[in-house]
Amino acid sequence: MIAPDWFREDRLPHIYCTGCGNGTVINCTLAAVEEMGWKRDETVFVSGIGCSSRAPGYILTDSLHTTHGRALAFATGVKMARPDFNVVVFTGDGDLAAIGGNHFIHACRRNVDMTVVCMNNHIYGMTGGQGSPTTPPGAISTTTPYGASEPAFDLAELAVAAGANYVARWTSYHVKELTKAVAAGMQTPGLAFIEVRTQCPTNYGRHNKLRSVPAMIEHLRSHAMLVEKRDRLVREGRPVPEDTFTVGELVRRNRPAMGVRR
Amino acid sequence: MQGNAACAEGALAAGCRFFGGYPITPSTEIAETMARRLPKAGGVFISMEDELASIAAVIGAAWTGVRAMTATSGPGFSLMMENIGYAAMTETPCVIVNVQRGGPSTGQPTRAAQGDMLQCRFGSHGDYSIIALTPNSVQEMFDLTVKAFNLADRFRVPTFLMTDEIVGHMRERVTIPDSVEVTPRHPLAEGSLPFEAGDDGVPGFAPFGSGRSVHVTGLTHDERGYPDTTDPAAHDRLVQRLVAKVESARRDIADYEVVNPDARTVFVTYGPPSRTVEQVMRDHPDESVGHLRLRVVWPFPEFALEEFPNAKTFLVPELNMGQMVREVQRHVDRPVVLIPKIGGELHTPAELVRALEVHR
Repeated sequence: MIAPDWFREDRLPHIYCTGCGNGTVINCTLAAVEEMGWKRDETVFVSGIGCSSRAPGYILTDSLHTTHGRALAFATGVKMARPDFNVVVFTGDGDLAAIGGNHFIHACRRNVDMTVVCMNNHIYGMTGGQGSPTTPPGAISTTTPYGASEPAFDLAELAVAAGANYVARWTSYHVKELTKAVAAGMQTPGLAFIEVRTQCPTNYGRHNKLRSVPAMIEHLRSHAMLVEKRDRLVREGRPVPEDTFTVGELVRRNRPAMGVRR
Repeated sequence: MQGNAACAEGALAAGCRFFGGYPITPSTEIAETMARRLPKAGGVFISMEDELASIAAVIGAAWTGVRAMTATSGPGFSLMMENIGYAAMTETPCVIVNVQRGGPSTGQPTRAAQGDMLQCRFGSHGDYSIIALTPNSVQEMFDLTVKAFNLADRFRVPTFLMTDEIVGHMRERVTIPDSVEVTPRHPLAEGSLPFEAGDDGVPGFAPFGSGRSVHVTGLTHDERGYPDTTDPAAHDRLVQRLVAKVESARRDIADYEVVNPDARTVFVTYGPPSRTVEQVMRDHPDESVGHLRLRVVWPFPEFALEEFPNAKTFLVPELNMGQMVREVQRHVDRPVVLIPKIGGELHTPAELVRALEVHR
């Protein structure tokens, strides 16, 4: 399909484990790029550190693989200096919400015109499966051997609160919806944040009784609740199951944005 | 004009069109001047959320091909260290101004020091090399800022203007020329790989948008820019080149003044202590007292010490407890005496005269 046009085939094989969800997210993002008709020489992929952040290294454009947590700050420099570029940031839950949390909220506040795709696998995958700010309470990781005791961040709600013009959340199961959401984000001036809940079979699934990749994806699917359904339950005064998370488009608005192509 | 304002004017004259920064005393006037002037010059000023983000934005902007800079002081400089190493590893041309103040920690925000000289050279982890310039006047804040941009571009290396609160807030007359010399960058040759260097160790530069699909990473990488993190030879080849491209050009980069080369006692200075030495030498003319004043401290020009073949003693007044004095000691077999001063004030002429009497 799109591989020959956008992949650095000379970089294969890639580092991702069998069953990793990151490839799905990269594919959906590149499908959205194709849909947008972006030119290779006007498109820059930026990332920080972690499994998610290796993605730009496999894509045949100019790309900036930066330091842990700082991708959005680097991307802000790129986009502000060259508003005519299309800038896409790949990041993960550790990179974005832990070490990069401050840059995340400020990039949303500035509403810099870029697309941020977060592969949220609820774990530090590259370093071997330590608990992150999105590890669900009770989940087992190498640093939460008795179950995570901290509350988790809701990244999409954080982006909404901080001011991003477009915010959506899907999972690696929802490939069509995800591709549409990334494209919608690219079309919206300002910062577009797309959180993708995705599976890490190697470092999350096998510690949490999700032994197969299909079991992990099914777990994500069955716990995802459309935002419209959640709103209806709330309107009707009915309980929202606590172990679900919302998926869908959380916001699309027109706050003033920076770095928009003139 | 004030030193910090002259630095900003030098940057603008050199074609700097991106400034990312975070307010910090005593460097803030550089950001304020850039905030006022850059938009009218067609450039971008952005106040970032912290210094980690400031240097990150500068590096990102530099990869689009613009000349980019930031300015800070000790606490912010400490925060920048990781990304300074990234700039060295990715060979990103950029200029970092450190208007030094008393440390450690929050220290003395409104007082001068030269306490970050070794941090500037060695502060980020791993082996790398950088270039650092040390102005001693408002005119040099302008001139050396221009020079810093040219060196950063020529060697594709983060380049530092290591100044301090005294020079930053000093007011002196400045001559601003109609235009300044701007060193053109070497473009990446057709058929060359993005990190493939010529004889000088410096690869041609293909900024984003030039159609070369360059992958930039802080990981150890090969000439294509692709990560190669386990091959000892790949790491050796890259890091040796990053260091050698600067160190082997030491004579070319060096910039210093020699006074009284036949002297027996020689002051070695950089930055504002040189002004006190000049005062002493004006007040007490004596050909047995010499002065080596460095405008470039990194890479350290050890050959400049040989300009004083009769020297018996080197005196090194610094606004710290002994930093660059170690470089002097390392390169000569004669007595090298540190004249330290901390607290924020310059050595007085009387203090240096006393040191001369004791050590000559």
